Amino acid sequence: MDILNALVAILNYVVIPATAYGAQLALGALGVTLIYGILRFSNFAHGDTMAIGTAITILFTWMLQSFGISFGPLPTALLALPLGIAATAVLVLATDRAVYRFYRVQRAAPIIFVMASVGVMFVLNGLTRLLIGVDERRFDDGTRFVINAREFREWSGLSEGLALRGTQVLTVVVAVAVVWALFWFLNRTRSGKAMRAYSDNEDLALLSGIDPERVVRLTWIIAAGLATIAGVLYGLDKSFRPFNYFQMLLPIFAAAIVGGLGNPVGAIAGGFIVAFSEVAVTYPWRKVAGYLAPDWQPAGLLQLLGTEYKFAVSFVILIVVLLFRPTGLFRGKSV
Amino acid sequence: MSTNRQAAASSRWRAPVLFAILAVLFLLEGTVRNAMFSGSWNTSLAILNMGLISAITALGVNMQWGYAGLFNAGVVGFLALGALAPILISLPPVEGAWAAGGPRLMAALLAGLGTLALASMAWHRLRAGRGLAVTLILIAGFVIYRWLFDPAVTAIEANNPARHGNIGGLGLPILLSWLVGGIFAAAAAWAIGKVALGLRSDYLAIATLGIGEIIVAVLRNEEWLARGVKNITAIPRPVPYEVQLQRNPEFVEFAQSWGFTAATGSGVWVKLGYMSLFLVVLLTLILLAQLALNSPWGRMMRAIRDNETAAEAMGKHVTARHLQIFVIGSAVIGISGAMMVTLDGLLAPSSYNPLRYTFLIWVMVIVGGSGNNWGSVLGAVLIWFLWIKAEVWGPALIGLLTLPLPDGGLKSHLLSGSPHMRFIAMGLVLLLVLRFAPRGLVPER
Repeated sequence: MDILNALVAILNYVVIPATAYGAQLALGALGVTLIYGILRFSNFAHGDTMAIGTAITILFTWMLQSFGISFGPLPTALLALPLGIAATAVLVLATDRAVYRFYRVQRAAPIIFVMASVGVMFVLNGLTRLLIGVDERRFDDGTRFVINAREFREWSGLSEGLALRGTQVLTVVVAVAVVWALFWFLNRTRSGKAMRAYSDNEDLALLSGIDPERVVRLTWIIAAGLATIAGVLYGLDKSFRPFNYFQMLLPIFAAAIVGGLGNPVGAIAGGFIVAFSEVAVTYPWRKVAGYLAPDWQPAGLLQLLGTEYKFAVSFVILIVVLLFRPTGLFRGKSV
Repeated sequence: MSTNRQAAASSRWRAPVLFAILAVLFLLEGTVRNAMFSGSWNTSLAILNMGLISAITALGVNMQWGYAGLFNAGVVGFLALGALAPILISLPPVEGAWAAGGPRLMAALLAGLGTLALASMAWHRLRAGRGLAVTLILIAGFVIYRWLFDPAVTAIEANNPARHGNIGGLGLPILLSWLVGGIFAAAAAWAIGKVALGLRSDYLAIATLGIGEIIVAVLRNEEWLARGVKNITAIPRPVPYEVQLQRNPEFVEFAQSWGFTAATGSGVWVKLGYMSLFLVVLLTLILLAQLALNSPWGRMMRAIRDNETAAEAMGKHVTARHLQIFVIGSAVIGISGAMMVTLDGLLAPSSYNPLRYTFLIWVMVIVGGSGNNWGSVLGAVLIWFLWIKAEVWGPALIGLLTLPLPDGGLKSHLLSGSPHMRFIAMGLVLLLVLRFAPRGLVPER
């Protein structure tokens, strides 16, 4: 039995990656859930909003780099992020004006909004490809490691290394800050309260003199910000490929539904539930088992599911929630 | 579903005129050779054949969306599932594959299904402690499944991996496999519909999005099933091979009498053969769909679509009817998936891209006129024609538009990005039709 090494292995291969991924999913799911709460439809274009926000941020990063500006040990993309958010917000507001507002005035069925979001998804997807191409891009230029696996081994004397990448720490720190700011906004400011009131009961909010168009605009701006931040953090942590962002739609929806669509706390919890299950189910546990029970020699890798099937994990979680608790863990809307 | 159903009735000549325009486009493609058209009958018929298959897919989607308002975002998965049928039904058996692990594999799949059935039964029958019982059943079932499944897969994949390594087919006729493709897709649709229907409308969309991704992932990674990304080629075809025709002196003479060389003539003849087969399937399906739509059952479906609450108050079981139409529509999609691999003669799982196979089909249905079967056919063939031609027309158009620009970075960037314009164009078409002509080109009567 070698509990310390086993713990380090679990920390290194499961807890750290899943925490970073969970934070990214949580930010994505927050965007989906906010749009759902206010505009009452599932936004299929959210993945591609993340992609285009990231693409714009990458372009700004390159611009800053060409001016010779860098952010010391942190990635330059962090400096470009506000510019990226602003551009994405303008873009998203323009799509709302051009596409969604018409159906809002008509009070069209939610499924028509979903359909329209598919059209927006196509356009954003094409724009992203046009802007930056379909190739994989790496744009992280900060310090690579906060804790290096080799140094950790030398320091601790354990045979298992522990690596903590700068982007992982950054993801969690930024996510915590963003979530704190969002909740402060929703609970403490007038505009945030107006948003929550509108989400709870549209007619009552209108009677109280809340301007619906302003609430909708605010929601889109916040959603664009969350999408861009989530996308950039994901891109820094892994790499940027437009198609990956489309594929993140499923885990993001799963996270939002698990927590209860329309419920921000639920979206965060859902993000971490999905991320931890995905990583834990696709991780080969053979190494950990080797530390814990050296005498046992399992035949396989002790991997419940191949990494190719990581989307199946979000899907199964989604199905289980739909079967047993369609409103989600935190009682979202089901209307 | 349109947003203003009471819009003025359209002219009855509208559909025939639009179909005539479409026919002219294909004639031009076959005969005129210039910057816009290729002037090759082979190209023209190839586009038409794929268009006809897309029309069948669109028909299936139209049943789900147009008759019932169900949003299926996993069309690609049902197509891929249908595509599996020709592999498992019509490919000749692989020597030694069944002996290597066939029975064990079947036992594993039965164990998997049995576990799910048992778990569902336990959940419904037991009262106290059913959560624990179901968990235990699932864990035990998973262990048994993997214990049976893993060695069987290893054995099958080790069997002549360079050429086969898959379980092989049954060697039955290819046309039969089209039907089986429909059954495969229907089974998957039943399972997913059972879970996601009856909840709010976007849940079905999200759940189908998931099942679509997963089916494609299975096809890509399970080499024992269809060789994964190594692709399966030489799928038997229901029409003669070009080479056989070219060797046949009678055919060569026949082709020359029409003014074709043997090579071109054989290609055209084969494509005409496919076209007739596809047309038979398409027209049969449309006939059945029209009969169903005009029957009391069709009236009930439209009543449910237009006002679920009212229909429910009239004693209609909305969720059950939705499940029914979802399964039927998916079966039609599955049939078209099987036809598609038959036409290609090749199964390449890596080509199953949701943008191309799910959302492009959606554009076809919406543009054609949701709720109208002929509209879906028109939309499918037209959009497919434009999608293919956009590959040629897009760069030409960008070239024309950027002509006044000075040579340099921006111009070359725009020119190199023009292939991506297709996505933007399709998105814009969808948005514009949805907003300004929500009833589509051929509106529902």
